[in-house]
Amino acid sequence: MSAGADVSDGAEMNAAASKGEVHVVHLYPREMSIYGDLGNTRTMVSRLRRHGYTPVLHDHHPGAEFPEHTHLVLGGGGQDSGQARVEEDLAVIGPRLTALAAAGTPMLMICGMYQLFGNAFVTVEGARLPGLGILDVTTQGNAKRMIGPVVMSTDFGDVVGYENHSGSTRLGAGQAAFGAVRAGFGNNGDDGTEGARTGNVFGTYLHGPILPSNPAFADALLSYAVPLATGDAFQPEALDDTFADEARTRQVRRLVAAGR
Amino acid sequence: MPGLRTIAAVAAGKAARVVTKARGGGSAFPGLVAERVDPRVLAHALERVHDGIVVVSGTNGKTTTTKMLVAILRGHGRTVFTNPTGSNFTRGVISALLGEVGPSGRLADDLAVLELDEAHALHFAAAVAPTHALLLNVARDQLDRFAEIDHTAKLLASLAESVTTGLVLNRDDAFVARIGGDAKSTVRVRYFGVDQVIAHRLPELQEQDVRFGEDVVVPPAGDGDALLRPLDEHRFEVLLGPEGSAGVVGPLELKQRGLAAMINATAATEMARMLLGSAFDPAAAVRALAEVTAPFGRGEVIDVGGSTLELVLVKNPAGFTVALSTYGSTPVATMIAINDNYADGRDVSWLYDVSFASLRERGVALTSGVRAYDMALRLQYDDVAVEAVEPDLDLALDRFLSANRGEPARIFCTYTAMMALRRTLAARFDLPAFGEEAS
Ligand SMILES: [Zn+2]
Repeated sequence: MSAGADVSDGAEMNAAASKGEVHVVHLYPREMSIYGDLGNTRTMVSRLRRHGYTPVLHDHHPGAEFPEHTHLVLGGGGQDSGQARVEEDLAVIGPRLTALAAAGTPMLMICGMYQLFGNAFVTVEGARLPGLGILDVTTQGNAKRMIGPVVMSTDFGDVVGYENHSGSTRLGAGQAAFGAVRAGFGNNGDDGTEGARTGNVFGTYLHGPILPSNPAFADALLSYAVPLATGDAFQPEALDDTFADEARTRQVRRLVAAGR
Repeated sequence: MPGLRTIAAVAAGKAARVVTKARGGGSAFPGLVAERVDPRVLAHALERVHDGIVVVSGTNGKTTTTKMLVAILRGHGRTVFTNPTGSNFTRGVISALLGEVGPSGRLADDLAVLELDEAHALHFAAAVAPTHALLLNVARDQLDRFAEIDHTAKLLASLAESVTTGLVLNRDDAFVARIGGDAKSTVRVRYFGVDQVIAHRLPELQEQDVRFGEDVVVPPAGDGDALLRPLDEHRFEVLLGPEGSAGVVGPLELKQRGLAAMINATAATEMARMLLGSAFDPAAAVRALAEVTAPFGRGEVIDVGGSTLELVLVKNPAGFTVALSTYGSTPVATMIAINDNYADGRDVSWLYDVSFASLRERGVALTSGVRAYDMALRLQYDDVAVEAVEPDLDLALDRFLSANRGEPARIFCTYTAMMALRRTLAARFDLPAFGEEAS
C-alpha cells in the first residue's frame, strides 16, 4: 500500500541543530513488508528525529544500486511471490550486506528476510534454497503455520510481537538466539528460542511491528548505528514512551499469565 | 422429484431452524444440519432459479454490493433470493434457503444473489456452478486466517473458472482484472472501474500485486463496461461504455457515504446490466440504489440524545484507509476502539499499514479496547494527538459522549468492539435490535 509510504520526512530538519545524519536502508519495501513491517522503518526514522538526528531513508528496490551510506538496515516479511522477486537482487547485494554486517552495521530482519539471512531454506519437497549465511540458522518449510502473539526475554528486556510463519528455524551450534520464548512458538515451537543474533545483526519472526512497542530494542539498534554515522556515541534524548510501555506490559501480563 | 434424502434434509434443517430461532442462536446451525443430511440440498434448492445464480465475492464491500445488486434487480420486478444477514458461508446460505423453500425444497425465485467470502464461494461452487460472479477486490483481511493475499487471489480465480455464463471484474484491482485474461471463451467478461478523473485516488484503496514484474494491462473500457465518475463528494454517475456512449446511470446520491460505496454501486450496476440485458433501465437502477440503506456498521448513524454518533467498522488496512478518506474531510470528535479477538483479527500489525495523517488536525479524543495503548502508540507515530486512553469500552463510551455532548462524533472500531459498543448504545438510547453482518 502506498498509504504508509511517506516516512522520509527528515529533510525538513534544521541542519544546524542536528547531531548528524543517519542513513537507514529499508530492503524491498514493496515486496517484503507485510503485516505492518513498514512500522519499523517509520519508528526508526521518527525516533532518530526525536533524538535530534537527521534520518535519511533509502528504499532499496530489486535491481537498484545499493545506497553508498548505510548505517542501519531493515527488512521485513513477504509472501512467497515477493520473496521470489527479491532473491536475484539479494544475491547481487549479498557481499555488500555481509561486509556491512562484519563492520558492525545494525540490521533487523523479520520473518522472510530473517530466513533469507540464514544458511538455507529447505522446502517441504526437500529442495535446498541457499541464503546469505549471515546468520547461522537453517529453516525447514513445513505445512504447519505458527501463528499468534509472542512474549520473549531478551538482552533488551521483555519483547512482544506477533508471529506468522510456516518455516521451522534451527540455530547452528554456536549461534545465539535473539530471545527466550515465554509465550508463543518462536523459531520452531520446541526449543524455546526465538530469532538469532550475530554481532549487531538480528533476525526474528516478530511482526507487531516489533520496534514501536519495544523502544529499548529500537534505541539499542540506534546506539549501534549512530557511531558508524557520526563517529560519536549515541546521545539519546529522554523520550516519552508511556504508550509503548503500557502496550507492552499489558501484552506480557495477558499472555504470560494466561499461557496460550 | 426430490429424493427422500433431500426431503429429510429440508425437514431436519427446518426443524433445527425453529429450535435455533427459539433459542436466539446463530444463523449457520440449521444449514449445518441440512448439509449433513444431504450435501446436494443446495443444488436441488436452486434447480429452478433460471435467470441467474450470482456469487458476489472479494475482500471488501460484499455486503453493500450484494444489497445494491438485489435492490436493482428487484427494482426491475425480478424476484431474488439472497443471504441478507451477511452470514456469508455456504451453511448460512442453506439456513437462509430453508426459510424460503416449500417442502419440495425448491426455490421459486427468478435469481439468487449470494454474498460469499473467497473460501466459501469455492465450497459453494463445488456444490452448484454459479452462472455469474461479481469479483470486487483482493486485500489483506485477517491474514492470521487466510495467511496470504496471493492465496486469496487464487481462490477468486478458481471461483471464476467455475462460472458458466458471465463475469464482472474490477478493472482497477490487478488481482481481479488479471482473472479476465484466463476466462473461458464461452464466458462473457465485463469490467467495472473508475473514470480517469479519480484514478489517482485508487492506490490508497489497493494492495500491490507483486507477483509479476509488469503491471496488468487492462484493455480500455468497452461498450459493455461501466465507469464511476463522481460529480462532487456525494453525487456521481455511472458511465456505460467509454464516456457514457452506451448510457448514463445517474446523477445519483447514495445513503451510504464515500468513494468505496460509489465503487460498489458501479459494480452492482454493471452486474445488473449483464443479468438484465436489454431490460436494464438506468432510471430504475437510480431509484433502487438511492433507497439502499447502509448495512449495519458501515457508517451507521445513531441519535445519542440530540446529536449524532457514527459507528464505522474497520477490519483491514484498505478498509480503514477508505473509511478515513471518506470521513476525514470533515473533522469531528473521534474515538478508535481496537480489540484483537478472533473475529477482529488477532494481529494488530495492520494498523501500521494505514496512514492516520488525516486525523492530525483535530486529534483523537480517546482510544479504547483491548489494544487501546497499541492504537495510541500507532497514532503517536503519525503525530496525531491522543487525549486519553481507556481500554474499558463502556467507560470510554461514556467519557467520549459526555465530553462531546451536542456535537457530531465518530467511533472507528473493530468487529467485537463494535458489537459491544452497539449493545451498550442499544440499551442506553433504546435502539432497535440489530443483526450481525460479516463483511
Ligand atoms: Zn511472518
